[in-house]
Amino acid sequence: MSDSMLDAEIALVTGASRGIGAAIASELSRLGAKVAGTATTEGGASRIAARFADADSAGIGLCLDVTQPTSIEAALTAVEEQLGGRPTILVNNAGITRDNLLMRMKEQEWDEILDTNLSSVFRLCKACMRSMTKARHGRIINISSVVGVSGNAGQCNYAAAKAGLIGFSKSLAREIGPRGVTVNVVAPGFIDTDMTRELPEAQREALLGSIPLGRLGAPEEIAAAVAFLASPAAAYVTGQTIHVNGGMLMI
Amino acid sequence: MSSVEERVRKIVVEQLGVKEEEVTMDASFVDDLGADSLDTVELVMALEEEFETEIPDEDAEKITKVKEAVDYVNAHLG
Ligand SMILES: NC(=O)c1ccc[n+]([C@@H]2O[C@H](COP(=O)([O-])OP(=O)(O)OC[C@H]3O[C@@H](n4cnc5c(N)ncnc54)[C@H](OP(=O)(O)O)[C@@H]3O)[C@@H](O)[C@H]2O)c1
Repeated sequence: MSDSMLDAEIALVTGASRGIGAAIASELSRLGAKVAGTATTEGGASRIAARFADADSAGIGLCLDVTQPTSIEAALTAVEEQLGGRPTILVNNAGITRDNLLMRMKEQEWDEILDTNLSSVFRLCKACMRSMTKARHGRIINISSVVGVSGNAGQCNYAAAKAGLIGFSKSLAREIGPRGVTVNVVAPGFIDTDMTRELPEAQREALLGSIPLGRLGAPEEIAAAVAFLASPAAAYVTGQTIHVNGGMLMI
Repeated sequence: MSSVEERVRKIVVEQLGVKEEEVTMDASFVDDLGADSLDTVELVMALEEEFETEIPDEDAEKITKVKEAVDYVNAHLG
């Protein structure tokens, strides 16, 4: 994909301080988009800004808590002021886990996951879609998980949120398709980030055994799928889920 | 400054991509001007922006014709 493919675009990537989001932010930026990457702390935001500066790109780092509507509004105002417009590409990547067997899962663990991983996407899409439908152009890409489709013991909350994202995205794709806005999902498998480094060694080994390609995925391999969906090449793709999981689950 | 009627008709023309002469006061957005459900929502949002006001959902549902939009704006502004 060429370096200037996304030249006219403004991208907002949530959770871009590390892991998958960081890789997505750099890739979209490399392809020419003006990118706003977000972290939950000011320190994280300035590290994102420093990364963009090191790469000589026009990107910015912002502080954003996706569970707070006022924080979302503030971030979007900052994007508008600093990048010259509302996002034309929205990547909802921020996400957390609170694993527990349902038998032991507390209401709070359920609520936190649904709020951070699913309701956040409702909020961000609502906040960004108006300018996209008006412009008759826009790309929304939501990061789900293989677990949302396969299920996983200990992750009832996470799997429900990630499966919810897929149904949400299909519905929104139908609503705003007529306005030239596409909505798609990327469902990563087992990717080498802080999220999976927390797993116990035994569970890690067992998981690796279930992956035909025999290794963890790299964040860049998720970013490549996101870049495709954001690109002009994917103009006719909407309501779909791209699984990038080393063959761990074949749909 | 143009009248409320002119401003409303201009928005309808822009939002629905119809000809100015089609936008008569009696024209229904859906039946006469070919609006779909998303068009009507966007139309109300465009009115909100133009007249810097918020139109509650209960009221928005009742705005189905050009005249109703003009009347609404006249009744709630100025
Ligand atoms: N890693 C995997 O194997 C895997 C597999 C499938 C799906 N995914 C999904 O991919 C996405 C990224 O995962 P990752 O592994 O890259 O995660 P990660 O390394 O743990 O990073 C999570 C990111 O989300 C941000 N974040 C957390 N809570 C937030 C909130 N309330 N508001 C805004 N941002 C928040 C974090 O910001 P701070 O740095 O400021 O905390 C960080 O940038 C997630 O949606 C995850 O569910 C990951």
